[in-house]
Amino acid sequence: MIITVKCYATLQRFQPGGGEEFSLPGGGTVHDVVLALGIAPEEVAVIFVNGLHAPMDKALAEGDRLGLFPAVGGG
Amino acid sequence: MAKFIRIDMGTRTAEIGACPEKYAGLAGRGLTSMFIADEVKPTCHPLGKYNKLVFAPGFLTGTSAVNSGRISCGAKSPLTGGIKESNSGGSFSQKMARLDIKALVFEGLPADGKYAVVKVDKDGVTFDEAPAEIVGAGNYDAIKVLQDKYGPKVGVALIGPAGEMKLSAANISFADPEGNIRSAGRGGLGAVMGSKGIKAVIIDDAGASAVPIARPEEFKSAAKRFANALTTHPVTGQGLPKYGTNVLVNILNEAGGLPTENFRRGRNEWANNIGGETMAATIEERGGKTTHGCHAGCVIRCSQHYVDKQGKYITSGFEYETIWALGADAAIDDLDAIAYADREYDEVGIDSIETSVAVAVAMDAGVIPWGDAKAALDLIRQIRQGTPLGRILGCGAAAVGQMYGLTRVPVVKNQAIPAYDPRAVKGVGLTYATTPMGADHTAGYAVATNILRVGGFVDPLGKEGQVELSRNLQIATAAVDSTGMCLFIAFAILDIPDGFNALVDMINARYDLSLTGDDVTALGKTILKAELDFNRRAGFTSAHDRLPEFFEEPCPPHNTVWDFTDEEIDSVLAF
Repeated sequence: MIITVKCYATLQRFQPGGGEEFSLPGGGTVHDVVLALGIAPEEVAVIFVNGLHAPMDKALAEGDRLGLFPAVGGG
Repeated sequence: MAKFIRIDMGTRTAEIGACPEKYAGLAGRGLTSMFIADEVKPTCHPLGKYNKLVFAPGFLTGTSAVNSGRISCGAKSPLTGGIKESNSGGSFSQKMARLDIKALVFEGLPADGKYAVVKVDKDGVTFDEAPAEIVGAGNYDAIKVLQDKYGPKVGVALIGPAGEMKLSAANISFADPEGNIRSAGRGGLGAVMGSKGIKAVIIDDAGASAVPIARPEEFKSAAKRFANALTTHPVTGQGLPKYGTNVLVNILNEAGGLPTENFRRGRNEWANNIGGETMAATIEERGGKTTHGCHAGCVIRCSQHYVDKQGKYITSGFEYETIWALGADAAIDDLDAIAYADREYDEVGIDSIETSVAVAVAMDAGVIPWGDAKAALDLIRQIRQGTPLGRILGCGAAAVGQMYGLTRVPVVKNQAIPAYDPRAVKGVGLTYATTPMGADHTAGYAVATNILRVGGFVDPLGKEGQVELSRNLQIATAAVDSTGMCLFIAFAILDIPDGFNALVDMINARYDLSLTGDDVTALGKTILKAELDFNRRAGFTSAHDRLPEFFEEPCPPHNTVWDFTDEEIDSVLAF
């Protein structure tokens, strides 16, 4: 299964070097991707799947767009 | 005894009195709004003889409490026609507080049409003619001239050419500790200052004593707990110092709430080029400053020095809303170009949100092409030149929309809607619709709860819970705006209850009071009610609390629409 993954702010350092495409053979959840990227799950504060807020145990589907953010704010 | 200073610009005289009893328990926005509601004729012309301009530091300004140096400016707004409080960083407020000045009130109109520099120090108020070289000049040079003349450490509030031209989006600029610029940006208060013939106000606290603290030990311990909340919360302790407010570009883009091409869609393909991550990397690579505070004692330090390729300073206080408006709403995929525009806004003294949204509206009208950085800069520079088109732009998004016959004009009460699409971040849409300030994200920042998951979570795309969220945030914000605190402390105290308790404890220790959290809420309600009442007397009705009808169109990628009923909107501030 191929998804798009985007890591932002302090999580940027975990962005795969090859780009945004991420292969998840056999499928999985956001949590699986986070671990595969080497991110400590507690560092992730906001998760978007296709622009919608999602929990860590959200199951991903082919072609999903996953955005991972630490705690950020501004305004 | 706290001083209350009234300055008559008609006679160039000042009356230094004791703070009236009814304002003794107020500060910041609470004081400016109650004062405007009491003394300004609601139906007056904002640039006429009945309007008054008031500056007030907050409850904790001048103390050792971190992040407490904001100044509130109030008047009837030339942009909205309603009451306005606009606040800013810089050094001015702390110096006012150390001189024990509760409020500076500017009244009357100049007899001769000349610009004055008003100087306030421990001996009183003096009036000088504005030096000829600063009239019509950019604000950076003007601050240098004024600090050469009055002293390198004096606080400066000033208007630029936009304020002199009395444009509806003119701001009041404040010198920061390095002589750079912060702004009370929104609502055109610079035009009010210009109408009163005030080029600048200088404040010199030489010889002033420290702000008195009634219960010093208690204050010290509460101040420590408060600072601890700010430094431990990841938003105020890590995200904001590292990336500035511009960290929001990518998260709003992911959420589908980043208004692009005059609010046609909520996501674009180039967002990361203009986002906080790219900005911080660019500043670092060029040897600029990624973090600094807008006033002494700030521990969040969300500001920065954005520099050019040679490492030369361009601008600071380079905020998300400005970058969004030019970078996404006007589709200018070029951070350097946006920085030069931001510099010009500071030089000319105009609201960077209002004017940037106006640029996007001008693009929509076909005045200049979408995304054309050079054409946008040329257009913005016309403000300083005072051309007819420059003046229209300087009167804001609604003025541009009206001149070019557009219906797609993102304003409420004539003030431009910032940075968060109300169809994809519905809570903040209710704030835009109902705040007495005109569309203002800071008046009730539901983005925190809708998008950032700070202070709980309310689904941004749904209606459930949004009315209460916007209401509660608007009440809390009116209170926070009275403390002198930077609003960003809210990120920490929404999540860390002891941070909020420490804030109340500091106020109690400073003034020997015993306020509770409920009293803070009651204060927020009192302020909002006074502001709403002023607007009612100025002619506003619930019909003014509506978003433009183009928000009935679906907003990609979620294709949600603005779907609150009139009854739901009207219930937001029905308390």
